[in-house]
Parts: sequence; C-alpha cells; structure tokens
Amino acid sequence: MTFYSILSRNAEDSTKTDTIEAPAFFGDLNLDQIIDAITAGKNEYNLKPFFYTPLHDAETIYFRHEVMRDMEDPKLMAYIKAFAEKMIIGRRYLELVEKLDFNYHKKGWFLEAALVYCDAITDLERDLSLANVKSRGFLAFRQYVTNYANSQGFQSLRTEAQKVKGGLSGVKYCVIIQSGKFKVLKYQGETDYSEEVEKTFERFKQGAVKDYRVKIYERSGMNHIEAQILDFVARLFPEQFAAMDQFCERHDSFVDETIRVFDREIQFYVAYLEFVADIKLKGLTFCYPQVSATSREVYAYDAFDLALAHTLLYDKKPVISNDFFLKEPERIIVVTGPNQGGKTTFARMFGQLHYLASLGCPVPGREAQLFLFDRIYAHFERVEDIRNLRGKLQDDLVRIHNILDQATPASILVVNEIFASTTLNDAVFLSKKIMARVMVLDLLCVWVTFMDELSSLSEKTISMVSTVLPEYPALRTFKIVRQPADGLAYAFSIARKHRLTYEQIKERIKP
Amino acid sequence: MKVFLMHPDRDLESEQAPSPNSAELTQDLELNTLFEAMAKGDKFIFKVAQQVVLSSLAAPGEIRYRQEILQDCLRNPDVVRQIYQIPIQALKNKQSHWMGIFTSYPGGILSSAREMLEMFVNLLRALRQIADEYAERFESPGFRRFFTMVQQELDDDYFSVVIEHLNTLKFRSGVLISAELGRGNEGTNYVLRETNHKDQNWIKRVIGRKSRIYSFTLHPRDDHGARALGELRDRGINLVANAVAQSADHIDSFFNVLRLELAFYIGCLNLSEQLAQLGEPIVFPLIAPANERRLSFTGLYDIALALTMKQKVVGNDLYADNKDLVIITGANQGGKSTYLRSIGLAQLMMQCGMFVPAESFSANLCNRLFTHYKREEDVTMERGKFDEELSRMSDIVENITPNSMVLFNESFAATNEREGSEIARQITCALLEMHIKVFYVTHLYELAKGFYDRHLENAVFLRAERKAGGERTFKLIEGKPLQTSYGKDVYQKVFESNQE
Repeated sequence: MTFYSILSRNAEDSTKTDTIEAPAFFGDLNLDQIIDAITAGKNEYNLKPFFYTPLHDAETIYFRHEVMRDMEDPKLMAYIKAFAEKMIIGRRYLELVEKLDFNYHKKGWFLEAALVYCDAITDLERDLSLANVKSRGFLAFRQYVTNYANSQGFQSLRTEAQKVKGGLSGVKYCVIIQSGKFKVLKYQGETDYSEEVEKTFERFKQGAVKDYRVKIYERSGMNHIEAQILDFVARLFPEQFAAMDQFCERHDSFVDETIRVFDREIQFYVAYLEFVADIKLKGLTFCYPQVSATSREVYAYDAFDLALAHTLLYDKKPVISNDFFLKEPERIIVVTGPNQGGKTTFARMFGQLHYLASLGCPVPGREAQLFLFDRIYAHFERVEDIRNLRGKLQDDLVRIHNILDQATPASILVVNEIFASTTLNDAVFLSKKIMARVMVLDLLCVWVTFMDELSSLSEKTISMVSTVLPEYPALRTFKIVRQPADGLAYAFSIARKHRLTYEQIKERIKP
Repeated sequence: MKVFLMHPDRDLESEQAPSPNSAELTQDLELNTLFEAMAKGDKFIFKVAQQVVLSSLAAPGEIRYRQEILQDCLRNPDVVRQIYQIPIQALKNKQSHWMGIFTSYPGGILSSAREMLEMFVNLLRALRQIADEYAERFESPGFRRFFTMVQQELDDDYFSVVIEHLNTLKFRSGVLISAELGRGNEGTNYVLRETNHKDQNWIKRVIGRKSRIYSFTLHPRDDHGARALGELRDRGINLVANAVAQSADHIDSFFNVLRLELAFYIGCLNLSEQLAQLGEPIVFPLIAPANERRLSFTGLYDIALALTMKQKVVGNDLYADNKDLVIITGANQGGKSTYLRSIGLAQLMMQCGMFVPAESFSANLCNRLFTHYKREEDVTMERGKFDEELSRMSDIVENITPNSMVLFNESFAATNEREGSEIARQITCALLEMHIKVFYVTHLYELAKGFYDRHLENAVFLRAERKAGGERTFKLIEGKPLQTSYGKDVYQKVFESNQE
C-alpha cells in the first residue's frame, strides 16, 4: 500500500489543487463562521483550502471517515498533537536561524531544529506502532514512517546531531565581570554562592514570600558582548565547535517532503475533531453520514445548526435539534411558521449538513443519509445594493435566475424568504413560477417562506412548520416538525393560554 | 525561626475569614466593648483581638498553651511590652527610611534587600539581648521555646557570618559567574560563584590557575556593550538577589508574626489592668471537652457591662453541670440579657485562651457558639419579623454541629404565644436531641412551663429575682417559671418616677 496523502486515496485527487476562495453560499449558510472557528489558531497550516474543497466521490469521503474514526481515539490524537508540536518548534527554530547574525549562534539553532525534528520522527514511529489504526490512510502512512525512520539517511542525521549536542552541553565556562571589561575562562569547580547565602538565612524561613527572581527576558538574539563571549568559549573548546561546523555542512536540508505534507494535512482532522469536542460538551452528537450521489432519499435525526451551537457554546441556552426526511418522490422541504421560530436555522442546517458531509467530516446529528451534490446554491435576502441600480425585487429575480441557469439535477438549493419586498399576491405568483422550475430541474431544495400555499404544490413538496409551546406561545421551541402548514398552530396556543379552547370553555361553563 | 506564641505548632494567620455568624456574635454579645478595652485605641490590637476572640480553639491543650503564656505575660508585663516594641521598631524603620524592595532589576533588588537585612540584624541582636536577660523569668512552654530558639539560632557566631555576607554582597571587585551552552549556543544556567569573600585578591588567585584566559575591554563609548554587560551581571546575581530579598522578607514576616501574636497578649494585659482598676476579678477557667456538659461558676459578671459602666457590677453563681438546657424567665429588666451575655462572653473568652470575668469558672468547650436574639424590624420591609427570625434560625441550623451552643434571647415571640411557643419548642427539642446546648431567655410562659413540667434532668430553670416590693437585685436564682414577667412593675416605675 503506497502512501499518497492522508486526505485522499490517490495522487491525482482534486484536493491537490488549493481552493483559495470560499464558495459563494458560505456566508448565507454561516459556514464561514464554522470554518473560521475550526481553523482558528491554526493559521500556519493554511487549512481553509481543504475546507473550501468539497469531494464528489463517495469512496474518498469514506476514506476520510476511516481516518477521522482513527483520530477519534484519544491516544492517537495525543500522539499526533505531540508530533505536530515538535514540528512547529522545529519550524520556529529554522525561521530563527534565518534572522540571526552570529555564526555559532545560527548553527546552534540549526542543530536544535534538527534535534527536535529527529525526536518528532522517532516518537511518531514508536507511537504509531502502538496505536490501533485501521484506516487505509493511517496504515499506509505508518508503513511510510517506519521505512523512513529506519532509513540510513535519517539514522545518520539523528546520531550525529545527538553527538554534537552532547559535546556542546558538556561545555562549562566562567565569566568575570568588572566594570567595562570581562574575562572568559574554563570553569574550575567554584561553589555556588547564592546557595550559600540562602543557607545562611534559611532559619528565618516563614511562609511563602514573593519571588524576586527577575524574569530576565529570554530573547533569541545575541548582542555583541554575548557573541564575543561565545567566540572565546569556542576557542577554549575547539573540538566541540568543529564537530558542529561539520554537522551543519552535511545536513543542510533535513525535513522529508512527505512528512511535511502529512504534518499539514492531518491538521484537517485535528482541527475538526477539536471543534467537535467542544460542541459535544453541550450534549450534542455527531455521526458519520451515508452519502450517495444517486439517492435523494435524505434524512437526518437530531441534527442541528453547527454555527449556532458554536455561538451558544458558553451560553446556558440549549441548542435545539431537528429531524427531517425525504422519501421518493419528495424533493422540496417548504418551511413555514412563526417568525423567530428557527426556520432559517433549519434551512442553514440542511445546507451545512450536506456540505460537511462532502468534506468527509462527521455531521451534527445522531444519524444521517445525505446527498452527494455537485454544487450548493443559496438564495438569502440581501441588503439592497445601491450600486446595481436594480430594485430589490428585480435583484431577487436576477439572482434566482442565475442560480437556476447554472444548477443541475445534482445541485442543492436553499431559499430563504424570497420576494419579501412585494405584495403577497405577487410573491405567491412569482414563487410558484420559480418553484415550478425547481421541480422541473428536480433539485433537492429547502424553501423557507411565509406563504403556506407553497407547501402543498405537488407530490415533490413536503411541509414543515416551526412550532410553539402551547402553554407559552411567546416562547419559541425552535422545533421544526413535519406537518401541514395550517397557519393555525400559533392562534390555537394563544387561545389555550387564555383557556378559551373548545374543551376549556366547556369545562369552565358549568351546566 | 518561628514565633509560635499563639499555637504550639503554627503561626497565627494574619487574615482569617470571619465565621459567618461573627456579625451576630459581635452585636449580641457587645464584643466591640471588649475589643476596645483590649485595644486601648490601637487599631491593630483591635483587629487581632477581634480575630482571635472570634476564632475559638478546639483542643483543650491548645487553650492551656495560651493560658500559660498569658499567665507569663501577666507576671512580666514590662518585658512583654519591651519585646513587642521590636517588631514595631522594624516597621517604623522601614517606613521612615523608605525601605523596601521596589525596583525590578537584580542589582537594585540586591542593594535594597541588603540594606534592609542590615537593619533587621540590629533588631535581632536586641531581641537576643532581651532573651539573655529575662528568659529565666518565664515558665510557660511557649515562651521558653521562644527564648531558647532566639538564643540558639541567633548566637554570636551566626551574627559574624551574616555580617561577612553583608559585606561580600557589595561585590566591590566584580562578580564571578559560571555558565553553560544552552539551546542555540546561548549562555544559560548562570550561577554566581564563591570567590572566598575574605580574600580581596580573589581575581589574581583565579587567574593564577593553569587555564587559558581571554579578556575583553569595552570601548569607553560602547554604551550598548556596557548595558549588555550589566545585563549579564544581572543574570549572574539574579538568584543571590532573590535569596537576599527573600531572606529580608522572611525576617520581615518573622517580625510581623511576632507583632501579630504579641498584640493579642498586649490586648489581654490592657484588659486585665482596666478590670483591676474596677476591682473586678479575673480567673483562668477550667476546661472540659466539648462532649461533656459542664457549667459552674461563681461571681460571673458581664464584662461588657462593667467596662461600659466603668464600675463593679453584680455577679452570679450557678451550678449547672450535666445540663443541656438552661431556661431563663422572670422579671423585666431583671438582668436576664446581661446574664445571657455574660455566659456567651465567658465562653468565647475561655475558648480563645483568655481569662474570664468571674471568681471561678469551669465549662465544657463548644464546637460553635450561636446567638439568636430578637431583632429590630427589618428595615427593608421585605418580610415580616417572624419570617425574618425563622430565616436566621434556618441559617443557624444550616451551620450548626453537635456539641455547639445556642443562646436564644426572646426568640420567636413575634407571633402569638401559642404559635411562638410551639415553634420554639420544636426547635429546642430538635437541638437538644442533636446534642446542642441551649440557653433560652424567654417570656413565652407556655414554652418555659412546658419544659418545666417534663421534669427534665438535664434542664435548669432560672428566674430573675424580684423582691416582694418589686425591687430587682439583678441576681438570677433557680426557680419555676412564672406566668407574669412583672411588666406592671416596670410600668409603675416609669409612671411613678414621671409623677415625681
């Protein structure tokens, strides 16, 4: 099994081309917030392109599921994080070398970089051999690392670096500092004076006292005095420094390219799982969805809006989860109901679920089967844009026209409160026209609207309604349920609050 | 070096969180009068007295340890006050010379800490002299340990070593620092090395060894280099500066602890002198463990009343060993509240190691002392008086443990007698069953009579004495609860005196 990449099965996969721009629908679906949160603090890996690039074949998605499942093992996760940390340190050191001025100083940091890299590889090889990995990705990578760690090139890098470091660590010297001058000589066993002073006053020890040790700023630079001292030290210990010179010449670039790429790509999984772990603390679950490029019978149970869950992370408010399912020939979910009832959230969730699935990630929910789309289109209300000189209605129509032009039967469409800026009659008329075209295209679609009429246009549409608590109609439940849009649910519950339902009135009026 | 004059094995904590019922105790037992007498205008002593009196000791041994030290103090008030002056002098010196470690670079820390140490060393010498002169007059284990420690730890040899270090630490002829190569070949592990301080010519000696030496002299105008060299020196002396500064701090806190712990005894001395002036007796109580029931005294008086009136006040006698419940009824203005307060005050004073205001006194310790007094109407008007009383009672129940003690003063009377009595009865019975000692001053006749009729072996009933003519003696005597509190007497007294 040859190792190509931890993100894909073979070399000529689409992920190799880096997508720089976020897809157009990112903002509408709040995916931008999600991806920002996932990649926060990991800028140096430049992970966003991975999250901007959906996959289109199920096999690669399952390949990633396998790796992701392996990474869910806390042991393996810890191993990978330890490896990543060392790689970061190594990179920092190499960046530092570029900025430094003095020869022995530069070489000293170069040696540190090599040492930490060798550590990273040696530990990774040992750790992976202990880890119970099952994915194709990790099995291949483990083989690669074993081969590399045992290669002659790596072995000689490691032994030499350690030997040179050993020599330098043994160097111990003294500086005599007087005003305006100093002397450097070998250390000859003089005792520690601070200790002696401490011992003398030890008998007065009371409780804890302030620490007066000044944090002397450990800068990774060297001034000319320190450089001068180092030069003198090199003259006092010529052998150790000659060995260092040789090492630096022989191993001028030591990082393996495949290892370097792995270090970046594995962070795709690390970042996502770390993000998910926080969300799980709120009692929410994730699942590995089934994906299909043919079946449009999608469903998800206990799914939720991941961006909202992240926003509410440190809030006591619960995140409400929702279910949906579509059976043949259903294609279009029409969501109606009271405002602020979670309709938009539901629509976003539908889009997010499909998009996250296309990345090969676990999705927010207990169980899901999702459609492998070619593109997602979102039509959300826009602030009026003065520059395009069109009215809002026209703007809506232009945008939806462009979308319908490009969409294919494999596309997903999310529509949120379209045509809000015209009369109800016009809006119903226009919506029906657009809806008819969506049906012809056979698009998978979520359509949020205040127009109940749209929910029963054909066998392709199903109706879902945001609900309220009967006792407290002012409180939203954020539950979206599959039921006919009768427009009455809200009025009904207000009546119950005032004990004016049929049964209540009968009960209250005594015969 | 530890002071250990308040506890045999630890320092008195300088800031202790007050127990949640401190405010109630202070108010109900007039504790501020006691603290003020102890402080005699000294805010520091007031604070210490307050803290110590309100943090009872749990072990009889610990209390006796303090009692014996206090007895030493009462015998040698002048010496104790002389010792107390030493930490005060340290504080004054620090303040008047702006001493302290305020800088943030090792060189500055070292020189100011060295200066402070020098000042402290002189005061330590003074302490040694007092120990040499007076140690033999003290008998308590606490003071004997303290003086022995001072004499052993601060002997002449030690002082001479310290003086030598204080000289060396000026580093007149440069510093010797060892170092190693850390990451990136940067110098690390800077350690200041011994140069044998007696020898002024250590540099020649070090250089005289067989080793190559490289020297470098900075250009006179190389300010940058001079700064860098100074920084290196700072690295070298960082640890020694820390050691010296921490030593100065340790001695400083030794003096602080000495001041803190002696402040309590100075407060006791102040108090005893005032009581002696009033001709009031004091006595060291006999202590029984918390699980026993003991309370016997003669001539117990309310110290707060005596201090406020500035005169000798009526004392009471009681024999109430093996009793869990004391119910006090009787004439209005007959001294019931005073009596209850004198018991609470004596208990608190005993439990912190003080003498108590009586001719003789023995009692068991209690885990915690609570007071439940009737209060003014809730100013916030948020709830009724009875509700407020029950809420405070609920706080007590929340915090109480077996072998604690509760002083009730006219509690639960803010409703009609029957309800009040029944609630009070249920509460009292529950507390007794939980092995809690209860003192209850009440006008609730049904409550008092109810307990009286049960002929409990572990209960005592006291009554404020009233002579036949209505005259109060302010003495409490054992007696059956009576149905009247002789409010009529008071009424008459008020109206008659107005008529005069």
